[in-house]
Amino acid sequence: MSMRARISALVAILLTATLGATGYVLYERQAQADSVAAAPKVPVRDDLTALRAAPHLVFRNTALGDRYGEVAVTPLTNPDGPRAMTGASCDRIYATSTDAICLSADRGLVTTYKAKLLDQSWAERRDLPLAGIPSRARLSADGSLVATTAFVFGDSYANPGQFSTRTVVSKVDGTVLGDIEQFDLVVDGKVVTAADKNLWGVTFAGGNRFYATAASGGKTWLVEGDLSTKRVTALRSDVECPSLSPDGTRIAFKKHGKLQAGKWRLAVYDLKTGKETVLAEQRSVDDQAVWLDNSRVLYGLARDGGDRATSDIWSVPADGTGSPQILVHDAWSPAVVR
Amino acid sequence: MYVTLRDRPGEDASPSGQAVARRVSSTVVLLGIVSLLTDVSSEMVASIMPLYLTAVIGLSPVAYGFWDGIYQGISAVVRIAGGYAADRRQRPKLVAIIGYGVSALSRIAMLPVQGFLAISAITTADRLGKGVRTAPRDALIAASSDPRTLGRSFGVHRALDTTGAALGPLVAFALLWAVPGSYDSVFVVSFAFAIAGVAVLVLLVPNMRTATAAARVGLRRVSRELAGPALRRPLIASGLLGVLTVGDGFIYLSLQDRDDFAALYFPLLYVGTNAVYLSLAVPFGRLADRVGRARVLVAGHVALLSGYLLAARPSGGLATTLAVLALLGMFYAATDGVLAALVSRLVPAETRGTGIAAAQTVVALSRFGASLGFGLLWAFMGRGSALLLVAALLAAAIPVAAWLLRGIPREAPA
Repeated sequence: MSMRARISALVAILLTATLGATGYVLYERQAQADSVAAAPKVPVRDDLTALRAAPHLVFRNTALGDRYGEVAVTPLTNPDGPRAMTGASCDRIYATSTDAICLSADRGLVTTYKAKLLDQSWAERRDLPLAGIPSRARLSADGSLVATTAFVFGDSYANPGQFSTRTVVSKVDGTVLGDIEQFDLVVDGKVVTAADKNLWGVTFAGGNRFYATAASGGKTWLVEGDLSTKRVTALRSDVECPSLSPDGTRIAFKKHGKLQAGKWRLAVYDLKTGKETVLAEQRSVDDQAVWLDNSRVLYGLARDGGDRATSDIWSVPADGTGSPQILVHDAWSPAVVR
Repeated sequence: MYVTLRDRPGEDASPSGQAVARRVSSTVVLLGIVSLLTDVSSEMVASIMPLYLTAVIGLSPVAYGFWDGIYQGISAVVRIAGGYAADRRQRPKLVAIIGYGVSALSRIAMLPVQGFLAISAITTADRLGKGVRTAPRDALIAASSDPRTLGRSFGVHRALDTTGAALGPLVAFALLWAVPGSYDSVFVVSFAFAIAGVAVLVLLVPNMRTATAAARVGLRRVSRELAGPALRRPLIASGLLGVLTVGDGFIYLSLQDRDDFAALYFPLLYVGTNAVYLSLAVPFGRLADRVGRARVLVAGHVALLSGYLLAARPSGGLATTLAVLALLGMFYAATDGVLAALVSRLVPAETRGTGIAAAQTVVALSRFGASLGFGLLWAFMGRGSALLLVAALLAAAIPVAAWLLRGIPREAPA
């Protein structure tokens, strides 16, 4: 082949490759725009302020469409009915009657992450530190303390040792009380100094007390901590993402047991009797559950098949009976506000 | 990106008559462009793979990490086979085309598949392709370069190659940003880049023979060469330094432990190191040509040692983070292409592919072992102490390596 023929062939191949790839991307983009436009509109309501006066549910709307990712509110009396949109966009949301904590990712060429405290009109009140992919967020019941967990390395809890979290507890006025991973972790009376120590999934227990997950060397524990002594003490092994019941007697959590990596079952641990009850949900749940009341827990699950960007909020009895049911369709990251 | 093909504009006007010899061969630049396009393609896919497997295929990253480790091993072992095939047939270009071609085809094969096993098989094919092509490509670079400026030739090639590796993730994330969740778009665009790379290789890179000898190179000849005195000491030195080279990932993790900037921009740390690497690859290659490749190789490990010591300090800030990234980039610029240049002058042209492959395999396997070992040290001793221990061992190993590499002439007879 002459040099001229080679160059012509190269130009032809480069043109075909460029046009083909560009055409494909544009086609995909158009197809996506079409499917968003064709998505059934989720029914909305506009009595947001009135809704907040009665017991309600705050969650992330995951119905495909232009309001995907927005925080929504529905009354506990009709949680799966029309939802009121707040205008705030969050990846993870938690709320009390006065405050809300919103973890979000600004996606772009360089994705940055934010933790924002929202006021009662869902406007941003204060930025809090967040150094990584948003994972868990909790406020104390009285709305004075806030805890956020982010992945600074890795992107899921599936592989012990392959992720690193940072969990920061702050006051809602912005004062940072500390990275609880720096607290002393006491297991069986000994302080654990291993470098792979991680703490995440805080649930506040009133005052300076809290519960959380600690992990080191592939093991996890339920720990009870105190913000004033800066110390966390292991209570029980194989407990992740604890959530304290409204009456303060039980902890809902995810349990790994002998399941394959990245799989968990929901269970409830009675703090007084030490009894553990595995709940009726058979599927793997990777979420920090919340209590609907003293007898049911809520959690988010990605929807099977089809589009994995969509998820639902499920509920299951806390005593191991019954069966899971969808509480809210197209929703994620629930918070119960009474 | 602008790549200088000559030392300085106007230098070929100098009356010394050296100017032509100092030019980097167009074949080297073409091979650099092939690598750039291929690296954009492969790094696009590699950077989205963890997300794709967990978010779309819905599998745990455990399995991914497990297979990933094994495939690194396969790639390293196949590398020797690729080098040997190129030497045996004296046709490195043909072997390189097979390697690049298999990787290109693996991109488009990602479109229809769903299961983890199928994806694993395709990833394996891609890694095999990478293993096969590396040594014959480096043999081509060596064969088409003036031995006196071999370091610079490899520097130019590695600079282009690293540019591709830095651009790949940016292209991928720009695509995912423009068309959210459309991993198929990433695979199609990646395939287009790979095809462009193969086209440049097939159509423009000359089909040169690496040796004039008519006799085929037998396996016995190659193994005698590998175990021979010329390569023995450099291979031992490479292995010794390699087992003390812990992965960048661990260093970055150590930085993010105490610097919020490093934690926030974690993915960008790789880009920072690569930027330093690609800007220093050519100058360090030229330096190696002038003062000796072994010396620059050893000095690169001194930069690595300094990086360990900085990263091991209990506290640090933005300045420390940037200094560590610069030192890591210097380390790569002073070692990667320089090693290939060093080895290719120690073996006769007929067995060059195998020789280069052997050195790269030793480095890859010993670094793999280093990462496994360091993971354990980190868990048992904590970050700082583990890094200090490795730094101490490296400080002891560097003089030994310098002694092993002593007397390697700046320009060994070809």
